[in-house]
Amino acid sequence: MTDSTLSGASPRQPLVLRFPAILIFMACLALFTVGVTILSEGFGIGLISTSFVKTLGKTLCLCLVALAMDLVWGYCGILSLGHMAFFGLGGYAIGMWLMYERTRLIVVESMSAQALPPTPEQISDGIASQIFGVVGASEFPPIWAVAHSLPLQLAAVVLVPGLLALVFGWFAFRSRVTGVYLSILTQAMTLALALYLFQNDSGLRGNNGLSGLQNLPGLGNVPQSVVSVWFLWASALALALGFWLATWVVSGKFGSVLRGIRDDEARVRFLGYPVESYKLFVFTLSAVIAGIAGALYYPQAGIINPAELAPIASIYLAVWVAIGGRGRLYGAVIGAAFVSLLSTWFTGGQAPDIVLGNWRIQWVDWWTVLLGVSFVAVTLFAPKGIGGLFDLLADRLTPNRHGADLGPDQGALREKEASE
Amino acid sequence: MIKKLLSTAAVLTALSAPAFAQDCPIKVGVLHSLSGTMAISETTLKDTMEMLIEQQNEKGGVLGCELEAVVVDPASDWPLFAEKARELLTVHEVDVIFGNWTSVSRKSVLPVIEELNGLLFYPVQYEGEESSKNVFYTGAAPNQQAIPATDYFLEELGVESFALLGTDYVYPRTTNNILESYLKSKGIADEDIFVNYTPFGHSDWSKIVSDVVALGAGGKQVGVISTINGDANVGFYKELAAQGVSADDIPVVAFSVGEEELSGLDTSNLVGHLAAWNYFQSADTDANAEWIEAWKARMGDDRVTNDPMEAHYIGFNMWVNAVEEAGTTEVDAVREAMYGQEFPNLTGGTAVMLPNHHLAKPVLIGEIQADGQFDIISQTEEVPGDAWTDYLPESAVLKSDWQELQCGMYNTETETCVQIKSNY
Amino acid sequence: MARLLLILTLLIASLPAAAQQADAPIQQLLQEHAGQLAKPSRTKVAPTIDAIAGSGLPEAQTVLRKWQDKELWQNTETGLFIWAEEIDRDTIRGFDFAGDTALGELPDDAFEQSKPNSGVRKMIGAALVKFQLTAEDVATRRTAIDNIERDAEASHLAPLREAIETETSPTLKARAERLERLLTIRFGETEEERIAAIEGFQGDLGVDLRGALNPLVTTRLEAAEVTPDGPEVARVLKPGSEALPREDAYDLLVSEGIAKPRISRADKAAALVANIDGEAVAGIQVATLDTEDARDMAYAKLAEQGTVDPVATEPEIDETLGEYAFYEVFTGAPPAVALAAMDALNGIETRVAVNQAADLALDAISLGSIYFLAAIGLAITFGVMGVINMAHGEFIMMGAYTGFVVQQIIPDQTLSVILAIPLAFAVTFAAGVAMERLVIRWLYHRPLETLLATFGISIALQQIAKNIFGTQARPLTAPGWLDGSLVFNDIVSISYIRIAIFVLALLFLALFLLVMNRTRLGLEVRAVTQNPRMAASMGINPDRINMLTFGFGSGIAGIAGVAIGLYAKVTSEMGADYIVQSFMTVVVGGVGNIWGTLLGATLVGSLQKGIEWLNPSNTLAAQTYMILFIILFIQFRPRGIIALKGRAAEA
Repeated sequence: MTDSTLSGASPRQPLVLRFPAILIFMACLALFTVGVTILSEGFGIGLISTSFVKTLGKTLCLCLVALAMDLVWGYCGILSLGHMAFFGLGGYAIGMWLMYERTRLIVVESMSAQALPPTPEQISDGIASQIFGVVGASEFPPIWAVAHSLPLQLAAVVLVPGLLALVFGWFAFRSRVTGVYLSILTQAMTLALALYLFQNDSGLRGNNGLSGLQNLPGLGNVPQSVVSVWFLWASALALALGFWLATWVVSGKFGSVLRGIRDDEARVRFLGYPVESYKLFVFTLSAVIAGIAGALYYPQAGIINPAELAPIASIYLAVWVAIGGRGRLYGAVIGAAFVSLLSTWFTGGQAPDIVLGNWRIQWVDWWTVLLGVSFVAVTLFAPKGIGGLFDLLADRLTPNRHGADLGPDQGALREKEASE
Repeated sequence: MIKKLLSTAAVLTALSAPAFAQDCPIKVGVLHSLSGTMAISETTLKDTMEMLIEQQNEKGGVLGCELEAVVVDPASDWPLFAEKARELLTVHEVDVIFGNWTSVSRKSVLPVIEELNGLLFYPVQYEGEESSKNVFYTGAAPNQQAIPATDYFLEELGVESFALLGTDYVYPRTTNNILESYLKSKGIADEDIFVNYTPFGHSDWSKIVSDVVALGAGGKQVGVISTINGDANVGFYKELAAQGVSADDIPVVAFSVGEEELSGLDTSNLVGHLAAWNYFQSADTDANAEWIEAWKARMGDDRVTNDPMEAHYIGFNMWVNAVEEAGTTEVDAVREAMYGQEFPNLTGGTAVMLPNHHLAKPVLIGEIQADGQFDIISQTEEVPGDAWTDYLPESAVLKSDWQELQCGMYNTETETCVQIKSNY
Repeated sequence: MARLLLILTLLIASLPAAAQQADAPIQQLLQEHAGQLAKPSRTKVAPTIDAIAGSGLPEAQTVLRKWQDKELWQNTETGLFIWAEEIDRDTIRGFDFAGDTALGELPDDAFEQSKPNSGVRKMIGAALVKFQLTAEDVATRRTAIDNIERDAEASHLAPLREAIETETSPTLKARAERLERLLTIRFGETEEERIAAIEGFQGDLGVDLRGALNPLVTTRLEAAEVTPDGPEVARVLKPGSEALPREDAYDLLVSEGIAKPRISRADKAAALVANIDGEAVAGIQVATLDTEDARDMAYAKLAEQGTVDPVATEPEIDETLGEYAFYEVFTGAPPAVALAAMDALNGIETRVAVNQAADLALDAISLGSIYFLAAIGLAITFGVMGVINMAHGEFIMMGAYTGFVVQQIIPDQTLSVILAIPLAFAVTFAAGVAMERLVIRWLYHRPLETLLATFGISIALQQIAKNIFGTQARPLTAPGWLDGSLVFNDIVSISYIRIAIFVLALLFLALFLLVMNRTRLGLEVRAVTQNPRMAASMGINPDRINMLTFGFGSGIAGIAGVAIGLYAKVTSEMGADYIVQSFMTVVVGGVGNIWGTLLGATLVGSLQKGIEWLNPSNTLAAQTYMILFIILFIQFRPRGIIALKGRAAEA
């Protein structure tokens, strides 16, 4: 069953029929969403607290960005250690509008009591001093030029990460930077971006970042318990669409070329394919998906600041995908959901301490160590990750009677030789 | 008649409230990072809260109820602060929260606290420019730390040329902004104010220290006002020592260096440099001696006490008194009862809670000594905390008064309330 | 109760001894100034200090010295002053000023300590100068010179000149003479004397000299209808030029009451509000006043009606400015002296710039050597073996913590550092070997997976360090002989610790070259790197070689950690601070070539310093732009500055 996800049946049938995994995935997702809604405080019986609904909604967004990561890493062999930069940029783009609009409403409201009707300059100054007063400035930086317009900022959610990926990818792929070099370069990219945003001069409130994003402008009366469910729905929808899109991209001829590039770039190039364009397309697409995921994530988190773009975040993203099993889309989703929820549980202090004689192991302190070590273990002993378990199961159900499978899927785990 | 009936009913409910309405135990949320980068500072405050709650329970609790601490760990992760605050208020249903250290974590928590009408006590010195209905700020506002320290530089040390060095984040940015305009109002020229920002954990200080030394070429007494945070101080003070800058040549006054930070440093080269706080461990009062003794008995002899701990000490005791006075832990009633609460400081004198949710506290200036403690060389009268600084044009017209005006951001010029919720 | 008794006994015990001479002349003088003595304030203390210093009493010097040392105490009951040493938190050992008689041990509750702040202490120091300049003891005389340098007064000039005559120590004499000329510049009686002193400093760069000269050339902006024709005019300014913006010029005229004020938006709005008449202001509907233009119009109408003061319009401003001349006059010194000072400063300026460039170059080299030190281990594991080790930074951290632990055990700083270096090497060598054996050897042909696995190790190691040592920065103190800095002049200087790091970096370079080119191990490493199978068939054990090479690279990282910890700080995250920079250094320099790494480190270091110099108020920006530059650089030279060619490049 899992094999059919990728190798595909007849190309003439609609995508959904060729890949029943999409249907299964969407059904699971729908079931999950409906279940949470029924149990939520906003629309249901209140068994799940609002903060946990938010956690689940955020987890769906993380699954989406993991999906994007799997697209470039699992299918195209580009280990990007800077994908959270795109995620963060998406968050900043939507955050700017949320913050601007919320503040504008407050300022207009407060100025309506004045004797003279406010001038546009007064309103703009008022908003600026509210937003930037806390970081010791009172003027709008040029970067906020279109913050007043929701459509433009929504476009920015897609365009800014997309353009960054396009420009960065164009430079990198053109000069044939591959493998670990590319990974380090992407890491440098996100580090540079994070350091830039850390500066107050960047105009995005430096270390403070953008906050209060959970309060939707104009919807101040809607309780968060309801808003959180809305966002859960939106995140689930985005994840479903993302999964469908990703499956479509990796299926068919295009997907085969991608896997070809992953397994042996030079050979594909000799066959006459424009390898750079393929890579650039996938890289940009995945950056756009990451941006959208970020735009859905941060209104649920409520605050975005440059620390979210720090290199370690992107490394965790790679960890999720690796643990889930790369080169299979559902693997990325499972990995992200599993590890991030586990992480929340362990660092939340809910996990019981382990007492070893005089030693008291607190998970808050040791969880990161466990994560690091399990990561090494996965790389060494279970390169297929959790997805590998499904393979075992699938093999058990339908034993492989066709001899050794040399299909493209298996090639994923044979990295290019180090000597290249 | 109806009115009378109503008022009788009100009296009755008021009377019966403590007896029936109070759910025992009273839960106190503690929202301090126990892991991550801020753990080192915030864990101390968690321990402080646990000690205070224990002491209160020994005294018989509050309203006849035991106090119970609900400790959560936001792990120095700012979005997690909001999540944990929501959890404290909705899942654990705590009556009050003591927590936060960094400004950004406070800004992260604000929307949640205001949405759910919680009560937060924030114990750290901060940049001001904020007054939330649901937060009591027991740390120093800029006019309780930065401005008096600058006055001290101007008047007592005769400093005429200022270097404002800070870590690049909101507290130093805002504080330096306020100081810059304050210094200008005191007649210090633009070219005599040198401002520099460095990243967190900065270690390469040679050029910046050289730049500061070079300010001496103006022929004026140079002084450094440091809002450098955390680890970066280690490298900064090492470089000062390496370049032979003594406190007599170029005094440095720090706003983020206390007893706890000094314990990670060799202070022999730093003797004479200054720090400004509302509390020093070396304060010579009986209450302080008792406090230090209790702390050391609980945590070990090598532990030190510091300013945010005293802020929690005052904040917690004021809250206890306010609850006793209001007869309930209900947030709005406690908030009303908080105004005008008085409690003796550990450094002598009395702290008063003002209607703008800030304390009136004395400002202390101490010189670093070789043993890592501070020698208090100046102590002012109680200075009322000011939410909105008088030295920035946008804020000078604002004022906060939750008792009379019911507004934390009141524009005195247009006589309107700019917003009820706080700016985050 | 027991405590009370103790205090009582102490009080009784001290009573006979406490028979202080309340009527001694010095005590009477002190009582006269009791207020300032007990709680001195810099702005008010001067008369007190002058009175004591000028009293001519033999005890005056002791009083001032003890006061300066915070050893002056006042009895809270009698108000009498004594000087005392603190024995512990609650007791002091007191002495009477008169006759210096011991008063025995006293409880400190009965006394209040006077704590002069450093501003007051400086003033006391200045007052002590005249006692100390001619003291027997060289150290005291040095203190006197120090005190003058810190807080010079005109009154110091005469005693200083006298003291120079009798000064015996040549170094002190040289300092005193220089100081005398500086004081002459500032306080000299005649202009000729001062100009001569200024000219005498030809070619000097000292901060103190510039500090003496700069106040002399201060100017004040003035405006008049005609520029006066005197020597006091420093320069004439044109409004609208860079040195004098139009607004500033006009504001000057406004502040002198010559011109009409301009009006701010807020004031204009307030004036409009004050004149609202029903629904309209000056006949204009209030609701339409939602743009600045509309408000201007309404205001102008009000002005026409005479209800508000008219404001200056742009043409009026231009006209007024045209009527006046703007010029700066010297205020710091007589014009002749000021001109001489200006000449001297101009001469100094260019040389200061040259020296600043030199200082910047030193800083850049120093930073480069730190980067080189951090990267050299990586140049071995990554450059030579091709193994990506993301835990390299954590090896640096382990080295630093090893140094910290050694220093906890062995307090002697020199010995502990000497011991820490081999120990750090041993610890990280072992860690490196273990890591190679357990993880890396299984992943030799899967570089991306090596990268991820070592990341896992890096995360785990960092957290373990946090769990063991806490998140707070730990001190690693350099031995005393590395304190201070090598000073070329007041601008160019470099701290000894940085020099030590530079030397260490050079030593490592030499060590690396030696090992790689001159030893059997190096030969075998190169053989295994180029062709492991061929090397194996020549009788080399590639596994062993790989293990040793990796251990060697890691060990060097450990030593680098000690050095970096000495210069900065030891935290669990210090490795992460250096890892990206280190990789950049190796990649920019060219993988597989130590000279490339050296060049890369120098490039990255100078670049960062250069950008910092261009944008001095923001160090963070420098790091951002440096990374951007490196990303671009790699686009154009993907194989680094020194790219391996031919067969080696394939390896």
